[in-house]
Amino acid sequence: MNIIISVLIMTAISGFIGILLTFAKNTIGNYGFQEIKINDEKAIKVEGGQSLLDALQEEKIYIPSACGGKGNCGYCKVKVLEGGGELLSTEMGYINEEEKKQNFRLACQCKVRNSMKIEIPKELLDIKEFNGVVTSIDKVTDNIKHIIIKLNNSEKIIFKPGQYIQFIAPKYKGCNEEVQRAYSIASSPLDNNMIELIIGHVKEGLCSTYIHNYLKEGDKVRFTGPFGDFYYQDNERDMIMIAAGTGMAPILSILKMMKETGIKRKAKFFFGAKTEDDLFFLEELKNIENEMFDFEFVPSLSRVSDEDEWEGRRGRVTACIRELVENGDNKEAYLCGSPRMIDAIVKELIAKGIDEKLIYYDKF
Amino acid sequence: MENINPIVIFVASIFTSNMILSNFLGMCSVIAVSDNVKTSFGLGQAVTFVMTFTTIINYIIYNYILVPFDMVYLRYIVFIVSIAAFVQLVEMILEKYLPSLYNSLGIFLPLITVNCAILGVSLFTIIREYSLVQTMFFGLGSGIGWTIAITALAGLKEKVKMQSVPNGLRGPGITIIIVGIMALAFLGFSGILPIG
Repeated sequence: MNIIISVLIMTAISGFIGILLTFAKNTIGNYGFQEIKINDEKAIKVEGGQSLLDALQEEKIYIPSACGGKGNCGYCKVKVLEGGGELLSTEMGYINEEEKKQNFRLACQCKVRNSMKIEIPKELLDIKEFNGVVTSIDKVTDNIKHIIIKLNNSEKIIFKPGQYIQFIAPKYKGCNEEVQRAYSIASSPLDNNMIELIIGHVKEGLCSTYIHNYLKEGDKVRFTGPFGDFYYQDNERDMIMIAAGTGMAPILSILKMMKETGIKRKAKFFFGAKTEDDLFFLEELKNIENEMFDFEFVPSLSRVSDEDEWEGRRGRVTACIRELVENGDNKEAYLCGSPRMIDAIVKELIAKGIDEKLIYYDKF
Repeated sequence: MENINPIVIFVASIFTSNMILSNFLGMCSVIAVSDNVKTSFGLGQAVTFVMTFTTIINYIIYNYILVPFDMVYLRYIVFIVSIAAFVQLVEMILEKYLPSLYNSLGIFLPLITVNCAILGVSLFTIIREYSLVQTMFFGLGSGIGWTIAITALAGLKEKVKMQSVPNGLRGPGITIIIVGIMALAFLGFSGILPIG
């Protein structure tokens, strides 16, 4: 008898709470369909109550996000002109005073509760989700893989050399959710039915572990893109390019494009690595060197001992800049590497008299 | 304990039997969210609000449902469920009708569902056999006491952050030491009340 009564009481209480909460969700929690006006031209209707990032994604508008909407990467900044409410404390760390004045918000934290007016860069409207097949996957160093993905059918990806895509890794053993990570495109924008990626293995990195340990030739893959404001600038200045490790990818894309379209600019590419084993694509770069108008590839090794047969430069890339770059203007620089490396290099370049505004970089 | 003046209970729950400093309940959020005064105060407000109302709701459920049916042993699960449901409901209502308050409290509400201080207050009212009026004052007082303690702690931690703390004590270590000294200080209040 006791058992029945206790079951009845528990059922009654949880049943009552269940009904109450469902009722509340359908009345209080129901925001209906809301209109989002984008850049004063396009208007979309989305279900209210979800985050702006999710709402836009449903409409196939992809805002860059490395953390997948958890509020800890700060990439999904969007200008919310109307209807966004106040800035939340979860966003404070990513939005500075200047951006606050311009009404920037994190799309993953800002919820759609009423009709909104937002502004997003025009390029983002061109971002699409692509499907493709891995046609080749090679180890180029102990830690770096080179991957070629062919897009389905006659799909084309239009991008500027230097931009990146977000690779979507499916669930796999050891990771029970989809993860997205950003990788620069290493292929030429003229070959727009495929992309090449250069991916380093990050210890315990969810996406790179998938790519290094599970991804095989013939696998179907998904990615979104292109993203990023680091890309080739069309002008006549001399170019200095500096990268280390997988940072070679965007530079390679720029070089291939320059070679294929016959651009006549003076260019130098300094590539930093520890030992000879960390160098890759030497032949490809040699070919580009031979075919291009005035291009020089300078690999520099920081950890070779005196006994090694390495004939190239020794030392860090910062030393290369100090010794091999001439003073003066009419130069611009493209850097891709770790924040620490880039900060050090930017200092050297400014010391050489290069305008800070002409130093473009991609920190990762 | 039946006849204690509710006002005495109210003052006692703020100072002498403070939830944090004398019962050491709700410590997870005390250690984790006491980094700055503003957020601590926000969390304190949320706790006070939820504590006051869930204690009353749980009092009613306990005395009018569980006791008559002789199902007192279901109290833990029932209390937890009612607290969780209340928090959920409050979150929805705030989000819709009081967005500015939701912005300041919103992210703390989910944390509160499993705050042991809140369950603790509900259980204390039963153990001590408080009446409804006493329960109300006890819930409100405990909430205010909790808020005062965490806000004061955050104020101290903000100052400590700028000092050099010995390596081994950085983070939770120094926090617990500060809480301990504060607890001793609050113990001094016991002189002003007949109960401890």
